[in-house]
Amino acid sequence: MRSYSELRNHQREQHYFRIRLGVAAVIVLICFGILISRFFYLQLARYDYFQTLAEHNRISLVPIVPNRGLILDRNGVVLAHNFFVYTLEITPSKIKNLEETIAEISKLVEVSSTDRKNFNKLRALSHSFESVPLRTHLNEIEAARFAVNHYRFPGVEIRSRLFRHYPQGELGSHAIGYIGRINDGDLKALEDNGDLSNYKGSDHIGKGGVEQFYEHNLHGVTGFQQVEIDADGHAVRVLSSTAPVPGDNLILSIDSKLQSIAEEAFGDKRGALVAINPSNGEVLAYVSKPTFDPNLFVDGIDTESWKGLNESLDKPLINRPLRGIYPPGSTFKPFAAMAGLENGKREPPFSVSDPGFYALPGSVHHYRDWKPGGHGQVDIVKAITVSCDTFFYGLAMDLGIDKLASFVSHFGFGKKTGLDIHGEVDGLLPTPEWKMRRYKQQWYAGETVIVGIGQGYTLVTPMQLAQATAILANNGVAMKPHLVSSIQKANSGETFPMPITTVDKIELHPENIALVRQGMMMVTQPGGTAASIGVGSPYMIAAKTGTAQVVGIKQNEKYNASSLNERHRDHALFISYAPAEDPKIAIAVIVENGGHGGSAAGPIARKVMDYYLLGKAPISDTPAAADPAAVEPEDAPHD
Amino acid sequence: MIRVLMQRFLQHIDSFLMGTVLFTLLIGLFVLYSASGQSFERIGAQLANILVATSIMWVAANIPPQHLERIALPLYALGLVLLLGVALFGEISHGARRWLPLGFARIQPSELMRIAVPMLLAWYFAKREASLKLSDYLVGALLLFIPVGLIVKQPDLGTSLLIASSGFYVIFLAGLSWRLIIGGAVLAGVMAPIFWSLLHDYQRKRIEILFDPYQDPLGAGYHTIQATIALGSGGFAGKGWLNGTQAQLDFLPERTTDFIFAVFGEEFGLLGNLLLLFLFTLIIARGLIIAAQAQNNFCRLLAGSITLTFFTYVFVNIGMVSGILPVVGVPLPLISYGGTSLVTLMLGFGILMSIQTHKKLVTT
Repeated sequence: MRSYSELRNHQREQHYFRIRLGVAAVIVLICFGILISRFFYLQLARYDYFQTLAEHNRISLVPIVPNRGLILDRNGVVLAHNFFVYTLEITPSKIKNLEETIAEISKLVEVSSTDRKNFNKLRALSHSFESVPLRTHLNEIEAARFAVNHYRFPGVEIRSRLFRHYPQGELGSHAIGYIGRINDGDLKALEDNGDLSNYKGSDHIGKGGVEQFYEHNLHGVTGFQQVEIDADGHAVRVLSSTAPVPGDNLILSIDSKLQSIAEEAFGDKRGALVAINPSNGEVLAYVSKPTFDPNLFVDGIDTESWKGLNESLDKPLINRPLRGIYPPGSTFKPFAAMAGLENGKREPPFSVSDPGFYALPGSVHHYRDWKPGGHGQVDIVKAITVSCDTFFYGLAMDLGIDKLASFVSHFGFGKKTGLDIHGEVDGLLPTPEWKMRRYKQQWYAGETVIVGIGQGYTLVTPMQLAQATAILANNGVAMKPHLVSSIQKANSGETFPMPITTVDKIELHPENIALVRQGMMMVTQPGGTAASIGVGSPYMIAAKTGTAQVVGIKQNEKYNASSLNERHRDHALFISYAPAEDPKIAIAVIVENGGHGGSAAGPIARKVMDYYLLGKAPISDTPAAADPAAVEPEDAPHD
Repeated sequence: MIRVLMQRFLQHIDSFLMGTVLFTLLIGLFVLYSASGQSFERIGAQLANILVATSIMWVAANIPPQHLERIALPLYALGLVLLLGVALFGEISHGARRWLPLGFARIQPSELMRIAVPMLLAWYFAKREASLKLSDYLVGALLLFIPVGLIVKQPDLGTSLLIASSGFYVIFLAGLSWRLIIGGAVLAGVMAPIFWSLLHDYQRKRIEILFDPYQDPLGAGYHTIQATIALGSGGFAGKGWLNGTQAQLDFLPERTTDFIFAVFGEEFGLLGNLLLLFLFTLIIARGLIIAAQAQNNFCRLLAGSITLTFFTYVFVNIGMVSGILPVVGVPLPLISYGGTSLVTLMLGFGILMSIQTHKKLVTT
């Protein structure tokens, strides 16, 4: 039983509730009123408009693929462009007997067995209502011959498709990259980035080099057309269209002439070269030998070429400057010298007397110098000039691995340079912590000793070595290296330079820089390990040679190049910058199994510098008469 | 004898509500037949859905509201546990984590919450009816936003929006002061940018493209453009059943589910749209009357919330198809193809009927 007041209360509440309900009902009516007015707008006021659009149903949205941006070198030489080719395409769903149709078509235009194979492959990847190319690159006569007979082949069309072409062929292919068909992985990535609808109609995507890294710029924005189509899906007329925005052009910092001189200088040898402008980080040449022809990939590479490239022992597809890792060998010494100087361990008049080996206190193990008998009294300048191992063994021990590693890491060892190509590897700058992490073992003193001469665990990429050289040449200021120097809007022609950024700055004392530079300059002078490289040069070259061993040599064995399998010979390394007083170019060269840095890698660098600084293309193969110092092996292997 | 049995069987069925709902469902079957490309298979499947959902409605109609009041809290707790389970162990399908595998079957706990949340809030506010304080509203808001937050995260924007609104309706009907409502609206305006930052990219894109579908005519804007073309070209009387060209020629996406209204509007025109909206209005009006006549606070709040949530469904779906609201993935009630949402919907109607038919006579 409820009391009277409770009942009153109840009634009052119900009253309030009903007011609220009334408010809600009004809102419902207002909202439905909005919907109704929308119906009137769409279905009465704009009926004619929508009626036209839906008239006979046949409005279809067709994507218009934007032109992919061009890739140019620093002087405007075209490295990648597009051109239209006629393709003969079949929409399988509209064909009753595919085999018969293809047989009929082949009476008009040539259809090879490879064409058929590709067609079947693509067909398996497409929907049956998508048109699939049967033949590409039809010539005018073939196109005309088919056009006349077109009426006999419903569901077969001649289209013009945009093809990517790399007019310079193999030149700089690792920097440029290539485009290839969009695969499932690419689709997934596009979906994750929300770019999928922009790729409606696109078949290709960048797969390497700047083609991949700058895909977003190069691709452009897909346009679309509203077309009226008939019952067969043929476009009858265009109702409206939004033009695509073509992709941006990339202007590389690479000089294609310099690039070709560098590539030719390698001859048949394998290896890598990177040339950088130290003051702004522009990559001037980017060589990975052997190269490959990116044109092979554009339309889907055929099995034979793929096998050839992929299974070759020379591994042409590897992007060596970015992904090839090599022990730096003696090219590490200038950086170790800087570390010794800046830490106050090796300033002149400090010198050591080199007996031809170094031994840890209390140990009988000899760390040999490459020169039996030693170099006599050696100070820091001479140590670099003659590449004295004994000097650097001691330097590394005095400094200790932690100080040495932390100092040289500022030159970029052990970390990515941040070049604008995907897939860069880190290299390795070993430390005791790293060894504990990696091998669960403690660090031995002997390992510090050999780090001093760039052996042991230390690994660098050619890109890192070039960047380190550029930092040294730029007095310790590290610029971010880049291949693309500016981006050009295709429509307006406006050019936007890429920002030039400083990534690190090492405080170096000018007198120490001068000492290391002097040592490196002496390398290309008589008595230096690469004396032949400096012969006849009107500008001063600062350089350092290096040798990285491929197979281990036992303590008492002697390295004999001629008796070794070619692929077991040492890698030749060479770093340089010039003019030494005001560096304009810094170079790192690696010639795989090339033997000696000075004689195998040095001449390549010299040709590049000559062209870049003097505008002089090489005439003869060898720069000058060989200096006796260069004949002598400058860096014997170490254990 | 049979008549008596029949009467017993139907004693808790509200005939007006039942009639309008069944008529709307019938229209839905016709539209589905057209939208599915005249597939009897689809019709059969939807008939099965209707049968199951109607049975559940019948069961709900026969449960007295007091029982519902009693299970409100446990049901909510169960739903919350399941939602947490989804967040931790849920299965991902189509980029969202909505399903909970239970070994023998997988369930979508967010559907359960669509009934459990309004029930719990109605229970909570009915208990506190005598002296509602600000703190009660805060507790109510918390009870609402825990499940809503979990569902937003799945992510399922459509369902979370509907649950949030069902909860809001309870709080509103319970007498939330106008000052707070206006204050809340202002707060929402301030919070909007924060909410924006929490949205997934695809959700943001949907909202952006709402204002300019031509921004992405091949992608996210495609739905809206094609749907408005379909509606607009339907004109005054429509193109006729099975004659909608947009619908029949594959231009319309998701045309049996979220976009089925475009098919309807194309084939039946403005007249059809007005008729359908009229039917929905009848259902809503009946629901509001049931709420107004309900005997206790729990029933009132629950009935009001169920009815207004139904309205929200209709408004959001038709609004998105006709291009005035963002595409959030809400089906059109009673018309769209699909079993799960129909079951929840009919369960709601069952509860309305139970509230209407279990009234005891009160002496005044």
